[in-house]
Amino acid sequence: MMELLQAVQQIGQDLLGPAWLPVWTVAKILVIVVPIMLTVAYLTLAERKVIGFMQIRIGPNRVGPYGLLQPLADGVKLLFKEIIIPTGANKALFVAAPVLTLVPALAAWAVVPFDVGMAVSNANAGLLYILAMTSLGVYGIIIAGWASNSKYAFLGALRSAAQIVSYEIAMGFALVCVLMASQSMNLGDIVQGQQSKAGLFGWYFIPLFPMFLVYLISGVAETNRAPFDVAEGESEIVAGFHVEYSGMTFALFFLAEYANMILIAALTSIMFLGGWLPPFDVAPLNMIPGLFWLLAKMSVILFLFLWFRATFPRYRYDQLMRLGWKVFIPLTLVWVAVVGAWMQTPFWLW
Amino acid sequence: MISFEALVFYLFAALTVFAALRVITVRNPVYAALFLVLAFFSMAGIWMLLEAEFLAVTLVLVYVGAVMVLFLFVVMMLDVDLAQLREGFWRWFPFGAVIAAIMVFEMVMVLGARQTSETGAGLTRHAADYSNTKELGRLIYTDYVYPFELAAVLLLVAIVAAIALTLRRRKGVKSQDVAKQVAARREDNIRIVQMPAEKQMPVTGDQESEKA
Repeated sequence: MMELLQAVQQIGQDLLGPAWLPVWTVAKILVIVVPIMLTVAYLTLAERKVIGFMQIRIGPNRVGPYGLLQPLADGVKLLFKEIIIPTGANKALFVAAPVLTLVPALAAWAVVPFDVGMAVSNANAGLLYILAMTSLGVYGIIIAGWASNSKYAFLGALRSAAQIVSYEIAMGFALVCVLMASQSMNLGDIVQGQQSKAGLFGWYFIPLFPMFLVYLISGVAETNRAPFDVAEGESEIVAGFHVEYSGMTFALFFLAEYANMILIAALTSIMFLGGWLPPFDVAPLNMIPGLFWLLAKMSVILFLFLWFRATFPRYRYDQLMRLGWKVFIPLTLVWVAVVGAWMQTPFWLW
Repeated sequence: MISFEALVFYLFAALTVFAALRVITVRNPVYAALFLVLAFFSMAGIWMLLEAEFLAVTLVLVYVGAVMVLFLFVVMMLDVDLAQLREGFWRWFPFGAVIAAIMVFEMVMVLGARQTSETGAGLTRHAADYSNTKELGRLIYTDYVYPFELAAVLLLVAIVAAIALTLRRRKGVKSQDVAKQVAARREDNIRIVQMPAEKQMPVTGDQESEKA
């Protein structure tokens, strides 16, 4: 596999010279973005099916066998719908907002490693880059809410801004613990640091278990998913920030939300669940390619996302703020100190 | 022929200057905040060019990701009256001009004092695996530990002051005490009342006609 890639690179290098680098980078970006978009499409179907089964319904089953063509039908429907721009809306920002939501969700994938050395950019400050990119997604939501010139949308935007800023801090501190344990901000090195003879017991979710939970829950909050979907809150503020959006502009918000979910799943797998490493480094397991393990871990976390949505009622806004500021942030601060002290003792095995 | 690096620098520099100018010239405060975001972004690009990737990403993370979000949050909620804002512009202009002149003077002093400012010849290039973050951490916690700690204490004082300024206990607020809610037991709130089953009275013709 690696030899083949190197051969392709060699041929391209000879053929195009200095122009090869941009071509190669665009190719790498496409190899990541196209599967993400397909996954988003089928994640929506999976969500409807899974929640359907949990609620003893069948879920979509009309378009294609077992409803497998449903995402295509949805996509075509959204493409052909009219994009309505409200009279009082700020047109430029109204159109820019969905794009601003989707771009960070896709840009963050640049540093995500899928196997040893398999990333668009093997950046040293990868972890920081991820944090920076995920914190930008909120702009699309705020701008959408403001530009729509609608009370519901504006309320959604304000809720979202406050919520994301709060949970980002907890998320950041949880990642500080990962950073301390791995002594690196390079995502590839973080996965390598979890490699040991102990298999899955070497992964960071064992010493950093509270941080694993904090990260996962904050991840649900960051992506505005139930039970933290106060920015949309269809029963309180109709659909929140995207109430005025229709057709493709709405679809972009939808795509961004699911792309963000997949991103959080990938990051949780990489930082806490050993990324592409097999659970045990023994014969049948370590012969399976690393990509499979990463995708398997991501699927489990994505299933959790769907499970949460089918299980928990929406948080009340003040409860949500309390959880973020008064529970998660102190907990993460304490755990940073605990990990720091723990690492000075001989009992630190990771 | 200018190098690719210089081209990128001029692009980001032009963007920064343009965005910074728009921040103060644009009429809508929300646009101004968004242009400030753009200015931060292009500045981060320039820092990245200086191989200061840690600072560049931190700039985006802290200023764009958190500070400006809260800024926008406030600006969007304000009902800004432009006419009122313009009032007294010329009255305060001298003060603003003096402060701006002092700031320009300070910047010139700081930047002019470094030999590196002339050509950048004093800078060394580092390999791709050189960890900017580690180097920065080492310096902060060794050579510059006192200024660093001082800054930390200052920030802490600012945090405490900000909270102390806004913290006030109001009476009659019906906020929930979470500890009390969690500690609630079934026995405290529910009373099982035993009562004999009610017997249904036979319906008479009179009542039926009344109902209808």
